[in-house]
Amino acid sequence: MEEYLSIFLKSIFVENMALAFFLGMCTFLAVSKTVKTALGLGIAVIVIQTITIPVNNLLYQYLLKKGALVWLNPSWGEVDLEFLTLITFIGTIAAMVQILEMTLDRFFPPLYNALGIFLPLITVNCAILGGSLFMQERDYDFAQSCVFGLGSGFGWALAVAALAGIREKMKYSDVPDGLKGLGITFMTAGLMALAFMAFGGM
Amino acid sequence: MAEPKPREVLLGPIFDDNQMIGRVVLGVCSALAVTSKMDTAFTMAISVTAVLGCSNAAISLIRNYIPSSIRIIVQMTIISTLVILVDQILKAFAFDVSKQMSVFVGLIITNCIVMGRAEAFAMSHRPGISALDGIGCALGYSLILMIVAFFRELFGSGTVWGFEVFSLVKNGGWYVPNGLLLLPPSAFFLIGFLIWALRTWKPEQVEHEG
Repeated sequence: MEEYLSIFLKSIFVENMALAFFLGMCTFLAVSKTVKTALGLGIAVIVIQTITIPVNNLLYQYLLKKGALVWLNPSWGEVDLEFLTLITFIGTIAAMVQILEMTLDRFFPPLYNALGIFLPLITVNCAILGGSLFMQERDYDFAQSCVFGLGSGFGWALAVAALAGIREKMKYSDVPDGLKGLGITFMTAGLMALAFMAFGGM
Repeated sequence: MAEPKPREVLLGPIFDDNQMIGRVVLGVCSALAVTSKMDTAFTMAISVTAVLGCSNAAISLIRNYIPSSIRIIVQMTIISTLVILVDQILKAFAFDVSKQMSVFVGLIITNCIVMGRAEAFAMSHRPGISALDGIGCALGYSLILMIVAFFRELFGSGTVWGFEVFSLVKNGGWYVPNGLLLLPPSAFFLIGFLIWALRTWKPEQVEHEG
Protein backbone atom coordinates (compact mmCIF):
# COMPACT_ATOMS: atom_id res chain seq x y z
CA MET A 1 0.00 0.00 0.00
CA GLU A 2 2.78 2.36 0.99
CA GLU A 3 4.51 1.73 -2.31
CA TYR A 4 1.42 2.76 -4.27
CA LEU A 5 0.97 5.88 -2.17
CA SER A 6 4.58 6.83 -2.86
CA ILE A 7 4.17 6.37 -6.63
CA PHE A 8 0.97 8.41 -6.50
CA LEU A 9 2.48 11.36 -4.60
CA LYS A 10 5.71 11.23 -6.54
CA SER A 11 3.93 11.42 -9.88
CA ILE A 12 1.86 14.40 -8.71
CA PHE A 13 4.53 16.57 -7.13
CA VAL A 14 8.13 15.44 -7.60
CA GLU A 15 7.79 14.18 -11.15
CA ASN A 16 5.03 16.48 -12.29
CA MET A 17 4.45 15.82 -15.99
CA ALA A 18 4.04 19.46 -16.91
CA LEU A 19 6.52 21.21 -14.66
CA ALA A 20 9.30 18.66 -14.13
CA PHE A 21 9.38 16.87 -17.51
CA PHE A 22 7.82 19.65 -19.59
CA LEU A 23 5.39 17.35 -21.30
CA GLY A 24 2.08 18.50 -22.71
CA MET A 25 3.26 22.09 -22.97
CA CYS A 26 1.23 23.08 -26.02
CA THR A 27 -2.14 22.51 -24.44
CA PHE A 28 -0.73 23.58 -21.09
CA LEU A 29 0.01 27.06 -22.42
CA ALA A 30 -2.91 27.41 -24.79
CA VAL A 31 -5.86 26.28 -22.67
CA SER A 32 -4.88 27.96 -19.42
CA LYS A 33 -6.69 31.23 -20.05
CA THR A 34 -9.53 30.61 -17.62
CA VAL A 35 -9.74 28.25 -14.67
CA LYS A 36 -12.98 26.76 -15.97
CA THR A 37 -11.69 25.46 -19.31
CA ALA A 38 -8.40 24.49 -17.68
CA LEU A 39 -10.26 22.32 -15.20
CA GLY A 40 -12.30 20.74 -17.99
CA LEU A 41 -9.16 19.87 -19.91
CA GLY A 42 -7.47 18.69 -16.72
CA ILE A 43 -10.29 16.26 -16.04
CA ALA A 44 -10.16 15.01 -19.63
CA VAL A 45 -6.43 14.39 -19.23
CA ILE A 46 -6.92 12.54 -15.93
CA VAL A 47 -9.54 10.29 -17.52
CA ILE A 48 -7.49 9.54 -20.64
CA GLN A 49 -4.29 9.04 -18.65
CA THR A 50 -5.95 6.65 -16.15
CA ILE A 51 -7.37 4.53 -18.99
CA THR A 52 -4.49 4.50 -21.46
CA ILE A 53 -1.53 3.78 -19.19
CA PRO A 54 -2.94 0.51 -17.75
CA VAL A 55 -4.20 -0.57 -21.19
CA ASN A 56 -0.81 0.12 -22.73
CA ASN A 57 0.78 -1.69 -19.81
CA LEU A 58 -1.22 -4.85 -20.62
CA LEU A 59 -0.42 -4.58 -24.33
CA TYR A 60 3.26 -4.15 -23.58
CA GLN A 61 3.45 -7.01 -21.06
CA TYR A 62 1.56 -9.57 -23.12
CA LEU A 63 2.32 -8.63 -26.74
CA LEU A 64 5.31 -6.40 -27.30
CA LYS A 65 7.99 -7.15 -24.71
CA LYS A 66 10.77 -9.53 -25.67
CA GLY A 67 9.53 -13.05 -24.98
CA ALA A 68 6.04 -11.77 -24.13
CA LEU A 69 4.35 -14.03 -26.65
CA VAL A 70 5.28 -17.21 -24.77
CA TRP A 71 1.72 -17.53 -23.48
CA LEU A 72 0.54 -18.04 -27.06
CA ASN A 73 3.20 -20.49 -28.16
CA PRO A 74 6.16 -21.64 -26.01
CA SER A 75 8.52 -21.54 -28.99
CA TRP A 76 8.06 -17.77 -29.49
CA GLY A 77 10.35 -16.83 -26.61
CA GLU A 78 12.74 -14.98 -28.92
CA VAL A 79 10.11 -12.85 -30.66
CA ASP A 80 10.78 -9.18 -29.94
CA LEU A 81 8.17 -6.68 -31.09
CA GLU A 82 9.50 -3.72 -29.11
CA PHE A 83 9.95 -1.62 -32.24
CA LEU A 84 6.15 -1.55 -32.53
CA THR A 85 5.80 0.06 -29.10
CA LEU A 86 5.37 3.63 -30.34
CA ILE A 87 2.72 2.89 -32.91
CA THR A 88 0.77 0.63 -30.54
CA PHE A 89 0.76 3.16 -27.71
CA ILE A 90 -0.29 6.01 -29.93
CA GLY A 91 -2.98 3.83 -31.51
CA THR A 92 -4.50 3.11 -28.11
CA ILE A 93 -4.34 6.77 -27.16
CA ALA A 94 -5.92 7.95 -30.40
CA ALA A 95 -8.75 5.43 -30.05
CA MET A 96 -9.44 6.49 -26.46
CA VAL A 97 -9.46 10.18 -27.36
CA GLN A 98 -11.85 9.58 -30.23
CA ILE A 99 -14.20 7.70 -27.91
CA LEU A 100 -14.01 10.50 -25.35
CA GLU A 101 -14.67 13.07 -28.09
CA MET A 102 -17.82 11.27 -29.22
CA THR A 103 -19.02 10.85 -25.63
CA LEU A 104 -18.51 14.53 -24.82
CA ASP A 105 -20.17 15.63 -28.06
CA ARG A 106 -23.20 13.48 -27.23
CA PHE A 107 -23.57 14.13 -23.49
CA PHE A 108 -21.70 17.34 -22.57
CA PRO A 109 -21.91 19.72 -25.57
CA PRO A 110 -20.81 22.86 -23.62
CA LEU A 111 -17.56 21.21 -22.55
CA TYR A 112 -17.12 19.83 -26.08
CA ASN A 113 -17.44 23.33 -27.55
CA ALA A 114 -15.19 24.87 -24.92
CA LEU A 115 -12.37 22.44 -25.62
CA GLY A 116 -12.65 22.90 -29.39
CA ILE A 117 -9.54 21.95 -31.35
CA PHE A 118 -7.72 21.01 -28.16
CA LEU A 119 -9.71 17.83 -27.73
CA PRO A 120 -8.21 16.14 -30.81
CA LEU A 121 -4.91 17.65 -29.72
CA ILE A 122 -5.04 15.65 -26.46
CA THR A 123 -3.93 12.79 -28.69
CA VAL A 124 -0.76 14.69 -29.34
CA ASN A 125 -0.47 15.80 -25.73
CA CYS A 126 3.01 14.56 -24.98
CA ALA A 127 2.05 14.00 -21.35
CA ILE A 128 -0.15 11.09 -22.39
CA LEU A 129 2.38 9.34 -24.65
CA GLY A 130 5.18 10.34 -22.28
CA GLY A 131 3.31 8.71 -19.41
CA SER A 132 3.06 5.45 -21.32
CA LEU A 133 6.74 5.59 -22.29
CA PHE A 134 7.77 6.22 -18.67
CA MET A 135 5.60 3.28 -17.62
CA GLN A 136 7.53 1.11 -20.08
CA GLU A 137 10.92 2.50 -19.05
CA ARG A 138 10.29 1.96 -15.33
CA ASP A 139 8.79 -1.52 -15.72
CA TYR A 140 5.62 -0.85 -13.71
CA ASP A 141 3.27 -3.78 -13.23
CA PHE A 142 -0.46 -3.48 -13.82
CA ALA A 143 -1.47 -2.12 -10.39
CA GLN A 144 1.44 0.30 -10.30
CA SER A 145 0.60 1.64 -13.75
CA CYS A 146 -3.02 2.27 -12.70
CA VAL A 147 -1.78 4.36 -9.78
CA PHE A 148 0.83 6.08 -11.91
CA GLY A 149 -1.76 6.94 -14.57
CA LEU A 150 -4.10 8.51 -12.05
CA GLY A 151 -1.29 10.37 -10.30
CA SER A 152 0.39 11.78 -13.37
CA GLY A 153 -2.92 12.91 -14.85
CA PHE A 154 -3.79 14.53 -11.55
CA GLY A 155 -0.43 16.31 -11.40
CA TRP A 156 -0.88 17.69 -14.90
CA ALA A 157 -4.40 18.90 -14.11
CA LEU A 158 -3.13 20.57 -10.94
CA ALA A 159 -0.39 22.40 -12.85
CA VAL A 160 -2.72 23.62 -15.59
CA ALA A 161 -5.33 24.80 -13.08
CA ALA A 162 -2.66 26.65 -11.08
CA LEU A 163 -1.31 28.38 -14.18
CA ALA A 164 -4.84 29.35 -15.22
CA GLY A 165 -5.41 30.87 -11.78
CA ILE A 166 -2.27 32.97 -12.10
CA ARG A 167 -3.21 34.06 -15.62
CA GLU A 168 -6.69 35.15 -14.53
CA LYS A 169 -5.10 37.48 -11.98
CA MET A 170 -2.53 38.66 -14.49
CA LYS A 171 -5.25 40.17 -16.68
CA TYR A 172 -5.25 43.16 -14.32
CA SER A 173 -1.51 43.78 -14.41
CA ASP A 174 0.29 46.13 -16.75
CA VAL A 175 2.44 43.95 -19.02
CA PRO A 176 4.56 45.43 -21.86
CA ASP A 177 2.73 45.14 -25.20
CA GLY A 178 5.05 42.62 -26.81
CA LEU A 179 4.94 40.34 -23.80
CA LYS A 180 1.15 40.28 -23.52
CA GLY A 181 -0.47 36.85 -23.65
CA LEU A 182 2.04 34.23 -24.60
CA GLY A 183 5.30 35.87 -23.65
CA ILE A 184 4.41 36.47 -20.05
CA THR A 185 2.80 33.03 -19.83
CA PHE A 186 6.07 31.41 -20.79
CA MET A 187 7.89 33.35 -18.10
CA THR A 188 5.26 32.46 -15.49
CA ALA A 189 5.52 28.80 -16.43
CA GLY A 190 9.30 29.05 -16.09
CA LEU A 191 8.99 30.48 -12.59
CA MET A 192 6.45 27.80 -11.65
CA ALA A 193 8.85 25.13 -12.92
CA LEU A 194 11.64 26.58 -10.79
CA ALA A 195 9.32 26.50 -7.79
CA PHE A 196 8.33 22.89 -8.44
CA MET A 197 12.00 21.90 -8.56
CA ALA A 198 11.95 22.45 -4.82
CA PHE A 199 9.82 19.28 -4.47
CA GLY A 200 12.79 17.38 -5.90
CA GLY A 201 14.34 16.92 -2.47
CA MET A 202 11.28 15.22 -0.97
CA MET B 1 -10.78 27.55 -52.42
CA ALA B 2 -7.99 29.66 -53.88
CA GLU B 3 -4.66 27.90 -53.97
CA PRO B 4 -2.09 29.71 -51.81
CA LYS B 5 1.15 30.72 -53.50
CA PRO B 6 4.06 28.28 -52.98
CA ARG B 7 6.48 30.98 -51.87
CA GLU B 8 4.12 32.34 -49.22
CA VAL B 9 3.38 28.84 -48.00
CA LEU B 10 7.05 27.99 -47.68
CA LEU B 11 8.39 31.22 -46.20
CA GLY B 12 5.33 32.61 -44.43
CA PRO B 13 5.49 30.35 -41.38
CA ILE B 14 9.05 31.38 -40.56
CA PHE B 15 8.39 34.88 -39.27
CA ASP B 16 4.85 35.99 -40.06
CA ASP B 17 2.97 32.96 -38.84
CA ASN B 18 5.45 30.95 -36.81
CA GLN B 19 3.64 27.92 -35.44
CA MET B 20 5.63 27.80 -32.26
CA ILE B 21 5.78 31.32 -30.94
CA GLY B 22 3.41 33.25 -33.22
CA ARG B 23 -0.32 33.42 -32.76
CA VAL B 24 -0.68 29.78 -31.83
CA VAL B 25 1.78 27.95 -29.70
CA LEU B 26 2.55 24.41 -30.75
CA GLY B 27 5.37 21.93 -30.32
CA VAL B 28 7.02 23.42 -27.27
CA CYS B 29 7.76 20.28 -25.25
CA SER B 30 10.62 19.05 -27.38
CA ALA B 31 12.03 22.55 -27.63
CA LEU B 32 12.64 22.57 -23.90
CA ALA B 33 14.15 19.13 -23.71
CA VAL B 34 16.62 18.99 -26.58
CA THR B 35 17.95 22.54 -26.70
CA SER B 36 20.68 22.37 -24.09
CA LYS B 37 23.19 21.52 -26.86
CA MET B 38 23.27 22.60 -30.49
CA ASP B 39 23.92 19.21 -32.07
CA THR B 40 20.90 17.55 -30.46
CA ALA B 41 18.78 20.56 -31.41
CA PHE B 42 20.01 20.30 -35.01
CA THR B 43 19.23 16.57 -35.19
CA MET B 44 15.78 17.27 -33.79
CA ALA B 45 15.23 20.03 -36.34
CA ILE B 46 16.19 17.76 -39.26
CA SER B 47 14.01 14.91 -37.98
CA VAL B 48 11.01 17.16 -37.53
CA THR B 49 11.47 18.67 -41.00
CA ALA B 50 11.59 15.21 -42.58
CA VAL B 51 8.58 13.92 -40.67
CA LEU B 52 6.48 17.05 -41.20
CA GLY B 53 7.16 17.28 -44.94
CA CYS B 54 6.43 13.60 -45.58
CA SER B 55 3.42 13.36 -43.29
CA ASN B 56 1.75 16.41 -44.80
CA ALA B 57 2.27 15.04 -48.32
CA ALA B 58 1.05 11.55 -47.38
CA ILE B 59 -2.03 12.73 -45.51
CA SER B 60 -2.90 15.14 -48.29
CA LEU B 61 -2.68 12.29 -50.85
CA ILE B 62 -5.35 10.24 -49.09
CA ARG B 63 -7.37 13.14 -47.67
CA ASN B 64 -10.45 12.34 -49.73
CA TYR B 65 -10.61 8.75 -48.52
CA ILE B 66 -10.38 9.39 -44.77
CA PRO B 67 -13.76 9.26 -42.99
CA SER B 68 -13.78 12.25 -40.68
CA SER B 69 -14.79 10.28 -37.58
CA ILE B 70 -11.58 8.23 -37.57
CA ARG B 71 -9.28 10.83 -39.11
CA ILE B 72 -7.16 11.23 -35.97
CA ILE B 73 -6.24 7.56 -35.87
CA VAL B 74 -5.38 7.54 -39.57
CA GLN B 75 -3.18 10.62 -39.20
CA MET B 76 -1.47 9.24 -36.12
CA THR B 77 -0.71 5.96 -37.86
CA ILE B 78 0.97 7.73 -40.77
CA ILE B 79 2.92 10.04 -38.48
CA SER B 80 4.07 7.32 -36.11
CA THR B 81 5.22 5.13 -39.00
CA LEU B 82 7.37 8.01 -40.23
CA VAL B 83 8.72 8.62 -36.72
CA ILE B 84 9.64 4.96 -36.26
CA LEU B 85 11.54 5.22 -39.57
CA VAL B 86 13.42 8.31 -38.36
CA ASP B 87 14.11 6.63 -35.02
CA GLN B 88 15.54 3.50 -36.65
CA ILE B 89 17.66 5.57 -39.07
CA LEU B 90 19.06 7.65 -36.21
CA LYS B 91 19.86 4.52 -34.21
CA ALA B 92 21.69 3.09 -37.22
CA PHE B 93 23.72 6.12 -38.31
CA ALA B 94 23.94 8.52 -35.36
CA PHE B 95 23.73 6.28 -32.33
CA ASP B 96 25.32 8.71 -29.84
CA VAL B 97 22.95 11.55 -30.61
CA SER B 98 19.94 9.24 -30.65
CA LYS B 99 20.96 7.97 -27.21
CA GLN B 100 21.14 11.53 -25.84
CA MET B 101 17.72 12.40 -27.22
CA SER B 102 16.20 9.23 -25.66
CA VAL B 103 12.40 9.35 -25.62
CA PHE B 104 12.20 12.67 -27.38
CA VAL B 105 12.58 11.17 -30.86
CA GLY B 106 9.50 9.10 -30.08
CA LEU B 107 7.75 12.19 -28.82
CA ILE B 108 7.97 13.78 -32.30
CA ILE B 109 4.72 11.85 -32.82
CA THR B 110 3.13 14.04 -30.23
CA ASN B 111 4.72 17.22 -31.51
CA CYS B 112 1.56 19.21 -31.99
CA ILE B 113 2.94 21.00 -35.05
CA VAL B 114 2.86 17.77 -37.05
CA MET B 115 -0.70 16.94 -36.06
CA GLY B 116 -1.82 20.57 -36.21
CA ARG B 117 -0.63 21.03 -39.79
CA ALA B 118 -2.16 17.73 -40.87
CA GLU B 119 -5.49 18.85 -39.46
CA ALA B 120 -5.33 22.49 -40.54
CA PHE B 121 -3.63 22.33 -43.92
CA ALA B 122 -3.04 18.87 -45.40
CA MET B 123 -6.68 17.78 -45.03
CA SER B 124 -7.82 20.56 -47.37
CA HIS B 125 -4.97 21.13 -49.85
CA ARG B 126 -3.15 19.31 -52.67
CA PRO B 127 -0.09 17.13 -51.89
CA GLY B 128 2.62 19.37 -53.40
CA ILE B 129 1.58 22.51 -51.60
CA SER B 130 1.02 20.54 -48.37
CA ALA B 131 4.58 19.22 -48.44
CA LEU B 132 5.86 22.79 -48.89
CA ASP B 133 3.69 23.97 -46.02
CA GLY B 134 5.08 21.20 -43.83
CA ILE B 135 8.66 22.10 -44.66
CA GLY B 136 7.98 25.80 -44.13
CA CYS B 137 6.47 25.25 -40.69
CA ALA B 138 9.32 22.92 -39.78
CA LEU B 139 11.83 25.59 -40.83
CA GLY B 140 10.17 28.12 -38.57
CA TYR B 141 10.29 25.59 -35.74
CA SER B 142 13.93 24.72 -36.45
CA LEU B 143 14.93 28.38 -36.41
CA ILE B 144 13.53 28.86 -32.89
CA LEU B 145 15.10 25.61 -31.76
CA MET B 146 18.53 26.66 -33.03
CA ILE B 147 18.33 30.15 -31.51
CA VAL B 148 17.35 28.80 -28.10
CA ALA B 149 20.01 26.07 -28.28
CA PHE B 150 22.67 28.62 -29.32
CA PHE B 151 22.07 30.81 -26.27
CA ARG B 152 21.70 27.91 -23.87
CA GLU B 153 24.91 26.24 -25.01
CA LEU B 154 26.90 29.49 -25.26
CA PHE B 155 26.03 30.77 -21.80
CA GLY B 156 25.34 27.44 -20.12
CA SER B 157 28.59 25.71 -21.00
CA GLY B 158 30.58 28.33 -22.92
CA THR B 159 30.63 26.33 -26.16
CA VAL B 160 29.03 26.40 -29.62
CA TRP B 161 28.69 23.05 -31.43
CA GLY B 162 31.00 21.63 -28.75
CA PHE B 163 33.82 24.10 -29.53
CA GLU B 164 34.88 26.31 -26.68
CA VAL B 165 34.07 29.95 -27.43
CA PHE B 166 34.34 31.45 -23.97
CA SER B 167 37.43 30.07 -22.25
CA LEU B 168 36.17 28.36 -19.10
CA VAL B 169 37.48 28.96 -15.61
CA LYS B 170 38.23 25.29 -15.16
CA ASN B 171 40.56 25.43 -18.19
CA GLY B 172 42.34 28.56 -16.95
CA GLY B 173 40.05 31.06 -18.72
CA TRP B 174 37.63 33.69 -17.41
CA TYR B 175 34.09 32.42 -18.00
CA VAL B 176 32.09 30.80 -15.19
CA PRO B 177 29.34 28.75 -16.85
CA ASN B 178 25.83 29.73 -15.85
CA GLY B 179 24.26 26.46 -14.72
CA LEU B 180 20.74 27.89 -14.74
CA LEU B 181 20.76 27.90 -18.53
CA LEU B 182 21.28 24.15 -18.63
CA LEU B 183 18.13 23.63 -16.56
CA PRO B 184 14.92 23.29 -18.56
CA PRO B 185 13.13 26.34 -17.04
CA SER B 186 15.66 28.62 -18.74
CA ALA B 187 14.21 27.62 -22.10
CA PHE B 188 10.89 29.08 -20.96
CA PHE B 189 12.53 32.42 -20.27
CA LEU B 190 14.44 32.41 -23.57
CA ILE B 191 11.29 31.61 -25.57
CA GLY B 192 9.46 34.32 -23.63
CA PHE B 193 12.11 36.85 -24.62
CA LEU B 194 12.04 35.63 -28.24
CA ILE B 195 8.29 36.22 -28.36
CA TRP B 196 8.83 39.69 -26.96
CA ALA B 197 11.46 40.45 -29.59
CA LEU B 198 9.35 39.08 -32.45
CA ARG B 199 6.29 41.03 -31.40
CA THR B 200 8.21 44.24 -31.01
CA TRP B 201 9.46 43.75 -34.56
CA LYS B 202 6.05 42.72 -35.94
CA PRO B 203 3.50 44.53 -33.74
CA GLU B 204 0.48 43.07 -35.58
CA GLN B 205 1.03 39.80 -33.68
CA VAL B 206 0.48 41.39 -30.28
CA GLU B 207 -2.48 39.85 -28.46
CA HIS B 208 -5.12 42.18 -27.17
CA GLU B 209 -6.80 40.56 -24.24
CA GLY B 210 -10.13 41.43 -22.73
